[in-house]
Amino acid sequence: MISANLSAIFYLISGILFILALRGLSSPDTSRQGNYFGIIGMVIAIVVSFLSIGSFSVSIIYVFIFLIVGGSIGAFIAFRIPMTAMPELVAGFHSLVGLAAVFVAVAAFLNPQAFNLGTPGNIKLASLIEMSIGAAVGAITFSGSIIAFLKLRGIMSGSPITFVGQHYLNLILGIVIFALIFYLCKTQSDSFYWTVIVISFLIGVLLIIPIGGADMPVVISMLNSYSGWAAAGIGFTLENTALIITGALVGSSGAILSYIMCKAMNRSFVSVILGGFGAENNSDDTKDKQDKKPVKSGNAEDAAFLMKNASSVIIVPGYGMAVAQAQHALREMVDKLKKNDIKVTYAIHPVAGRMPGHMNVLLAEANVPYDEVFELEDINNDFANSDVAFVIGANDVTNPIAKTDPKSPIFGMPVLDVEKCKSVLFVKRSLSPGYAGVDNELFYRDNTLMLFADAKKMTEDIVKNLE
Amino acid sequence: MEIDPFIFRLSIFILSIFIGYYVVWSVTPSLHTPLMSVTNAISSVIIVGAIIAALAGSSNTFNTSNIFGYLAIILAAVNIFGGFLVTQRMLQMYKKKKKNKK
Repeated sequence: MISANLSAIFYLISGILFILALRGLSSPDTSRQGNYFGIIGMVIAIVVSFLSIGSFSVSIIYVFIFLIVGGSIGAFIAFRIPMTAMPELVAGFHSLVGLAAVFVAVAAFLNPQAFNLGTPGNIKLASLIEMSIGAAVGAITFSGSIIAFLKLRGIMSGSPITFVGQHYLNLILGIVIFALIFYLCKTQSDSFYWTVIVISFLIGVLLIIPIGGADMPVVISMLNSYSGWAAAGIGFTLENTALIITGALVGSSGAILSYIMCKAMNRSFVSVILGGFGAENNSDDTKDKQDKKPVKSGNAEDAAFLMKNASSVIIVPGYGMAVAQAQHALREMVDKLKKNDIKVTYAIHPVAGRMPGHMNVLLAEANVPYDEVFELEDINNDFANSDVAFVIGANDVTNPIAKTDPKSPIFGMPVLDVEKCKSVLFVKRSLSPGYAGVDNELFYRDNTLMLFADAKKMTEDIVKNLE
Repeated sequence: MEIDPFIFRLSIFILSIFIGYYVVWSVTPSLHTPLMSVTNAISSVIIVGAIIAALAGSSNTFNTSNIFGYLAIILAAVNIFGGFLVTQRMLQMYKKKKKNKK
């Protein structure tokens, strides 16, 4: 058995290794090394937790069995998961962190002696508050992530579910939780503790159901943040530095990502949380207009011809590319273009896809070198000097209406200036509006050629025509 | 008057939020997905609490608290292995131009 002081120092070291793990992600070159730091930090933390207990009974064998079972499941998932399913995987993993936090908080409540927190019915006041908060945030993370997972997986409809008085209900439930924690501290009665957890599960569900599909990048980042705060809450209960540091890191990481995502959509965090975006409100009058305006549509041959004669092409991928699994076909197309000495770059909008950085991972999977992929602010000026913009599976993020029509729900959102290209190729299955429910003005521009098809099929056809 | 140890932990917590703030802003946007999966993996360090809960008590009989500990170990282990490995898998895919170009 090692002393409490020594183990605290080891926990500090593993906390520092976690900081280095995140630091590594500042560039793809250092990122792999960063991941190893993270793994070492985790190994140190686990080993120290065993050593700090010291007295090994038979039950340690069970711990190893459970570790191996869980680890094998995790490893299996990690190797088998297709890259297009990353958003739901991350949502699923968040739910596990949340539930684990709840379980640890429950275990600490039932057996406070094990953590030096007092005895059942006589738990230290501060610990009681900490474990209630940890359990509540963990429970919200769990049920919220489950809903996010179901929505991303398509098991549950991605459209927002709203009802009258929803926000007041959430507010009341939030106040009830604080009241319950207060009475829990006064009476130490376990029924208050269980009620806190049950209501928190309910809040998690209620928080996520009104949020629409296109806001998923914010939701995932937000749940990421919650899982961090839950871990930090448990860290305070267990008086464990590694958990406190990690919780703070993860919590602020998720918060920053949510902020970046909100800014990329020009929406306030509050309005995303209140939800309802993407509901069918103004679709009727846009439909009338649609019928009147002429749309130019073409086939793969036209597209191939246009691109062959271009000297520079910018590719704008979006969620549709992920759904159609078109990234490999796209890369093939780009290879063909490069052989003809055409300059090809990729432009990525921060909220393209269903989670931060979603498109970058898919392109990386298709062996697209990361130095050909650019973020919105780095490439937006290049559209004016390029010949062809190839929009594949993106919609709202290219809509010029965001710059011109103050009445539009997406007004003010930073968009990619694809319309400034000499010609725009727009791969899409139909003229239907995107997730924001807004008609894309780009469809009706003179320099736009619509390619109505599945993204993958169309790209493959273009490849054939480029031969 | 002595300072409550809670204050020390609170200081660590708040300073770590600041570290997190600066470190995460320096993460390149193209790695935001791996950032999420790796933060997910490291937040599973909560397994430390699960191990202590599972091994608490002396005998070979299990009380409810132990069982919750074991359940938390499984969940956290899925996350640790799954999170780090999927991050590794993603990071392997990020390649630069030229080097691997035929």
